[in-house]
Amino acid sequence: MGLILDQVNKYVEGEMHLADISLDLASGSRNVILGRTLAGKTTLLRIMAGLDRPTTGKVLMDGKDVTGISVRKRHVAMVYQQFINYPSFTVFQNIASPLQISGVPKATIKEKVMETATLLHLEEMLDRMPAELSGGQQQRVAIARALMKDSQLLLLDEPLVNLDYKLREELLEELTAIFKKRDCVVVYTTTEPSEALKLGGNIVVMDQGRLRQTGPTAQVYRNPATVETAQLLSDPPINLFAAALKDGHLTLGDDLAIAVTGSIAALASGRYHIGIRPNHLYLHQQESGDIKIHATVEISEINGSETFIHFQYSGYKTVLHEVGIDARKIGSDITVYMNPANFFVFAENGELLISPGAAVTAENQTA
Amino acid sequence: MAQISLDEIAHSYLPFPKTDADFALKRIHNIWDDGGAYALLGPSGCGKTTLLNIISGLLKPSKGRVKFGETDVTDLPPEKRNIAQVFQFPVLYDTMTVFNNLAFPLKNRGFDNAYIKTRVKEIARILELETVLHKKAEGLGADAKQKISLGRGLVREDVAAILFDEPLTVIDPQLKWQLRCKLKEIHEQLKLTLIYVTHDQVEALTFADQIIVMYEGKIVQIGTPQELFEYPNHKFVGYFIGSPGMNFLPCTMENGRARVGKFHIPLDDRTAALGNRATGSLELGIRPLYLTIHVQETAGSFQVPVQSVEDQGSYRVVALVFNDQTIRARIAENDPVPGSMAWVSFPEKWIRLFENDQLLK
Amino acid sequence: MKKWQDNKGWLFILPVFIIVAFSAIIPLMTVVNYSIQDIFGPGQRIFVGTEWFKETLTDPRLHEALWRQLLFSGLVLLIEMPLGIAIALTMPTKKGLGSSVCLVLIALPLLIPWNVIGTIWIIFTRPDIGLMGALINNMGITFDHTASGLHAWITLMLMEVWHWTPLVILLAYAGLRSIPEAYYQAARIDGASAWAIFKYIQLPKMRGVLTIALLLRFMDSFLIYAEPFVLTGGGPGNATTFLSIYLVKIAVGQFDLGPAGAFSLIYFLIVLLFCYLFYQVLLNVGKGESS
Repeated sequence: MGLILDQVNKYVEGEMHLADISLDLASGSRNVILGRTLAGKTTLLRIMAGLDRPTTGKVLMDGKDVTGISVRKRHVAMVYQQFINYPSFTVFQNIASPLQISGVPKATIKEKVMETATLLHLEEMLDRMPAELSGGQQQRVAIARALMKDSQLLLLDEPLVNLDYKLREELLEELTAIFKKRDCVVVYTTTEPSEALKLGGNIVVMDQGRLRQTGPTAQVYRNPATVETAQLLSDPPINLFAAALKDGHLTLGDDLAIAVTGSIAALASGRYHIGIRPNHLYLHQQESGDIKIHATVEISEINGSETFIHFQYSGYKTVLHEVGIDARKIGSDITVYMNPANFFVFAENGELLISPGAAVTAENQTA
Repeated sequence: MAQISLDEIAHSYLPFPKTDADFALKRIHNIWDDGGAYALLGPSGCGKTTLLNIISGLLKPSKGRVKFGETDVTDLPPEKRNIAQVFQFPVLYDTMTVFNNLAFPLKNRGFDNAYIKTRVKEIARILELETVLHKKAEGLGADAKQKISLGRGLVREDVAAILFDEPLTVIDPQLKWQLRCKLKEIHEQLKLTLIYVTHDQVEALTFADQIIVMYEGKIVQIGTPQELFEYPNHKFVGYFIGSPGMNFLPCTMENGRARVGKFHIPLDDRTAALGNRATGSLELGIRPLYLTIHVQETAGSFQVPVQSVEDQGSYRVVALVFNDQTIRARIAENDPVPGSMAWVSFPEKWIRLFENDQLLK
Repeated sequence: MKKWQDNKGWLFILPVFIIVAFSAIIPLMTVVNYSIQDIFGPGQRIFVGTEWFKETLTDPRLHEALWRQLLFSGLVLLIEMPLGIAIALTMPTKKGLGSSVCLVLIALPLLIPWNVIGTIWIIFTRPDIGLMGALINNMGITFDHTASGLHAWITLMLMEVWHWTPLVILLAYAGLRSIPEAYYQAARIDGASAWAIFKYIQLPKMRGVLTIALLLRFMDSFLIYAEPFVLTGGGPGNATTFLSIYLVKIAVGQFDLGPAGAFSLIYFLIVLLFCYLFYQVLLNVGKGESS
C-alpha cells in the first residue's frame, strides 16, 4: 500500500514547474513537503490528488496506475489553506457530507460524525454554520470532513498558515496525534522548518520544482545532503563560511586557521563550505577543544528565554543562539566559541561531506 | 512628540453598543515612551489591530482621547499625525519605480527635488534597496516590497512613530529573520518609536523592548520579554508566550508544599507563604524549559511515565504523564533522552502559583 | 495508453456547438457563397471570384461609411470612458441602501430594447413636442436632427452616451470595489491628493476591467445598427450612414447580394482583427497584474 510517483514532470507553457519527481510514500506514513513559496509544493500536491495531470511520469496508488483517473474516482481527501467548507451546510452536515454521498445509513453517519467531531473538539458546534466560527474552528471542520472520507491519501496544503501562532501550535499537535493513528498516506506541505520538525515522520525537501532530499525528518536535519537543504531546513538560518583546507589546517574566513584531525583532515586540500548551526555557537567555553572568535555584537535579541546575537565574522553574517538570557549591548565585544565537532563540511559544489559527530576536535588552535 | 498616551480608550464597531461584549476594545489606558520598540501581541480578535488603527488615526475611538506628547490628536487624520504604517501585504504604487515610491510622501509634502534625492538615497542605503532603485516596484519579491513600504515611512524626517500591522505575514521564514534584524537595526540607528502588531510570539519577543499582551479587548500585561516569560501575570500570558506554553497543574497547599494528586512538590518559602494565604482555586505553573528531566533515579524528583519524545532539531520536547495530566519539558539536543520512564524535578525558583488565573506575587 | 482526458464536460457544450453551427457558421457559408457569385435571379448565377471584393473595396461610399464609423466609435470611447470612470468614482462605496439604489438607477438604460431607445430619442428631440427639442427650440436655437447632419450626430451621440455609459460605470465600479482598503489608508498616510490616489492607485488597479469595457464599447459601437436606424434611418442624406446601415442598404435595399456578401465578410474580418488586437492587449494586462 502506498503512493508512488515515478519520474513526474510538469511543464506549463514551456516553463518547468516540476522536474524528475520520484517518491515512494508508505501508507501510515507522515510526509512533510518543505519548500519556499513557488517551489512547486502545491503543483505536486495537485498531481498527487489527480486534479492535474503530469506532463510525463506516472502516479501509482497501491500499485495501480492512477495517472489518468479523475480525482473523483480516487480515494483522496484534501485540506486547503483557505478553510474551505460548504457555506450553506451546518458543521454537522459539512462533516457528514462525504458519507452522505456514498449512501451510508443515517445512524452510522451520526456515530462517525460524533466520533470525528470529538476528536477535533467540535462537539459543541455541530449546529452552527461555518461563517459563525473562528478561523481555527473552520479549519477543524475542513479537517474533520477530510478525515471522515477515510481515504487512502490525505493531502494538506499549508493548512495552518492562516491561523494564529498559538492556534497553529495546538492544532499541529492534535494533527500529529491524529495522523499517527491513521493508515493512510498523509502529505503535508509547509514553508516552516519548525512545522516539519514538529510533525516528524518523513520530509521531502523541494526547491524550484526539484526534489532536494527525502528521508526521516530528524535524519535529514542532521545530514542535509546539500547546502541548500541545510539552509531550507533551519530556523534560524544556518551559518555558512567559505573555507580552505591545506596541510592539515582549515582556514575559516580571512584569518582563522584551525588545525584539524580526524575525518576533516582526511579530506583533500581545496575549498569547502563550513556550516554550523546557531545553537552550536556559544558565549562561554564548553570544551577545551573549542575555537575562539572575537566579534562585535551587531544586534542582540532576547525572546524571553533565549538569546540571539547577530555579529559579523569576516564579512559573514552570523547568528548565535543560546538558551537563557545573556543580554549584550550593541557594539560590545564578544568571544564566540565553537567546536569543529559541530561542523557541517560541504564540498565546493554544495554536497555534504561530513556532518557533526563525525569530525574530531583539534588540540591546538590559532585565533 | 514626547510620548503616546491613550486616555480611557474604548471602541465598539457597533453604532449603539450596550454590553461589554459589544466593545472590541474594552478599556485601554496607557502611556508609551518615545523611542521604544513595542509589540502588541495577542490572538485573533483580541483588538490589537483596532488599537493600532486608533493610534494611527485610521479609526476614531468611540470613547477616550489619544495624545501625542501634549497634543490631543484624537480628531486628526493620519496624514496630520506624523506616523507611518506598514500593512500585512505590501502596499505599493505599482506603476512607479522604487525611487518614485520612496519619494512619493515627500513629493506630496512639497519638498524640493535635491532634498528628496538625498533622503531617498539614504533610506535606500539603510534598507539595502540601492541596487533596485530604478526598477519598477511591481516585479520585486515580497520582502523587497515590504521594505519599500517601510521606506516610505522612513523617508519622512518628521515621522515620529512607525506602526506595523503583522508585516511579515507574506514573507518566507528565511527572509523573516533578515527583515526582523533590519527593523532592529533601524530602531537602533534612528531611535524611532516602533509599534508592531502580531500574533506570533517569536516575532514579538525578539523585536520588542516592551510587549503589550492583549486578550479579548483588554491589556493583560505589559513587560519586557524576560518579565513576561518569568513572571506572567495571568494564566493566559503563561500559556500564550513560550513554545510550548506554560504547564499548569491544579494543586492544593499541604504542609508548605504544593500537592498535585499523590505528588508533593516542594516550594521555596516565599511561594509557600503566598500559597498558604490564597483562598481561591490554585494552580501550579512551570515552564517546560525549567522542568529538569533525569533518565535515572535522582533525589527530589518524581518518577513518571513518558508519553512521547519529539525531536525538534535543536531541542526535544518530552511529554510526561503527571497525575493523569500531560506536562511538557524541553531538553537540549545533547541531553540524555529518556525511555519509557523519566524522573522529573521542579526547581523551586521557577515554580509560580496562580490563584483564579492570576499570578500570586 | 489513455491520452484522451476523461472530460465529460465536452458533452455539455455540444448543444451550443450545434446551435452556433446552425445560426452562425452555416449562414456564414451562405454569405461566402454569395460573395463569389453574381446572382441575377433564382437559379441564375455565375462564378465571379474576387470581383465583388474588388468592387466593394474601391467603393467610395464604403470608405465614407467606414470613416464615419471610425469617427463615431472614437467619439463614443472618448466620451463614455472618462465619463463612466468619473461617475463610478462618485458612487457610494459602502454596502447599503445608497449603493444599491444607485446601481439600479444606473443600470436602467441598459435594460431598454435598442429600437425603443431610438424611438424614445426621436420623440425626445422633436422640435414640436419633444422635451429637449422643444426646450432648445424655444430658446431660439433651431435644432432639428432630421434636417441637419450635425444635429443628427449630436442627438445620436447623446443617445449613445445615455444608453451605454452605465456599462462602463458598472464595470469601473466593480473594479474600484476590488481595491483593498489598505491602499487608500497608505495613500492617506503618504499625504497623497485625491488626484494622486486616482492616478497611482485606482487607475492602475482598474486596468483589467477598463480594458474589457473598452473592448466591449468599441465592438458594440462599431457594429451599431438599431439605434441610428430608428433615429435617422441613416440620414439626413448620408450623414449617419454607418457601416452596418450601408450594408443593409446594399443587401436588402438594392438586393446586391454579391457586393453585400463581400462586404459582410470584409466587415467581419475587420471586427475580428480588432478583437484579436484587444485580446492580445488584455492578455498582457492580465500577465502584468498576476503578481
